[in-house]
Amino acid sequence: MILKEKIRSFILSNVLVWEDEVEIADDDNIFKLGFVNSLFAMKLLNYIEKEYSIQVDNTEMNISNFSTVNNICSLINKKLN
Amino acid sequence: MDELIKCVVWDLDNTIWDGVLMEEEVQLKQGIKEVLETIDSRGILQSVASRNNYDDAMSKLRELGIDHYFLYPKINWNAKSESIREICTSLNIGINTFAFIDDQPFERMEVEQVLPEVYCIDAALYTGILTNPRFIPERITDDSRMRRVMYQQDIARAAEEEKYPENNIGFLRSLDMQLLITAADETDLARAEELTVRTNQLNATGKIYSYSELEELMNNPDWRLLLCELKDNFGSYGKIGLILLSVGKTALHIEMMLFSCRVMSRGIGSMMLHYLNQKAVEKQLSLTASFKDTGRNRMMYMTYKMAGFVDAGKTDGDSSLLHYQPEFSSGLPPYITITDQSNI
Repeated sequence: MILKEKIRSFILSNVLVWEDEVEIADDDNIFKLGFVNSLFAMKLLNYIEKEYSIQVDNTEMNISNFSTVNNICSLINKKLN
Repeated sequence: MDELIKCVVWDLDNTIWDGVLMEEEVQLKQGIKEVLETIDSRGILQSVASRNNYDDAMSKLRELGIDHYFLYPKINWNAKSESIREICTSLNIGINTFAFIDDQPFERMEVEQVLPEVYCIDAALYTGILTNPRFIPERITDDSRMRRVMYQQDIARAAEEEKYPENNIGFLRSLDMQLLITAADETDLARAEELTVRTNQLNATGKIYSYSELEELMNNPDWRLLLCELKDNFGSYGKIGLILLSVGKTALHIEMMLFSCRVMSRGIGSMMLHYLNQKAVEKQLSLTASFKDTGRNRMMYMTYKMAGFVDAGKTDGDSSLLHYQPEFSSGLPPYITITDQSNI
């Protein structure tokens, strides 16, 4: 599965939602779409660190790096290169 | 220093009772009920790791009137270290706060080898645990006395959650959660101290405050010491949050914020930050916070950062200073009511 799809599917199965069916486009701000609490954010962080064997530094733990599928993927790609 | 024990895991055969359940009629060990009751009333949790048939052992525990003391009892044929690890995961408390009591040297050795941080005790010494300092909390609060009952409420909540699709907000709405914020008074100080000692993951600075320090802060007009209690349809989670604020000329500053890990999945930290920002806006103050990396509180850092805090240098002490600069505000979630009686 390509990176974007993996991240999207992780978000969809973990973010707190009203509807059973939601869609998230690459540039949708997930913090605006649903109620993103710290537990979700932490799960997402643990997931990308484990899945891609990277270590996200404190300075990179900003909303902007986690707000969209695109931004999360750029963060991962940046760390991998 | 060795950690205070938070959970005692008991073997059954020849430990809780005399005899082997599968082979003979068993009888409770002398004084064991009193030991279980005393440990329970000190706010120390208890569980079971026994090699037995689950249904038989549980019905015997019920018959003996002691089944309610045990959370997540593991009665199976697995290694005891595996059972203890599972209990540890379910309770979400550190493995170094576990004690294991078993009459068989082999079982204790197995646990010691796999989980060296677990305090293993020979069942022959079961009454001795009551006077062992690792089993004596310095203070016992209303919250600690209710701890086991609150875990049982949590288990009932989890069963209810199973009925909903995963991560569905309908479950949270069904709980009718209410967060009550109050200014600390004398009766809260022991619990406040306990929270600073017991809370690691959701603790912004990791600083432990003594009873007398908290008392001083409570009486000092420069500081506001707040307690948060969470309630829902299943009962009260108890006083699960502690916040220390200073109201300055330009900023409302969060010197300390911590929440019991029992409310981790409720997003209380994010909500409180949002609420405190509303307060800061009302007072035309900016909102700042102290954070200190303790190696265990990354989740709290994430809570601040994902709420819209940015790093802004150092505080006067050795903590980082965080400054609230939201790009946008998602608002308070609709599934919780906040009642503030603190008069911040």
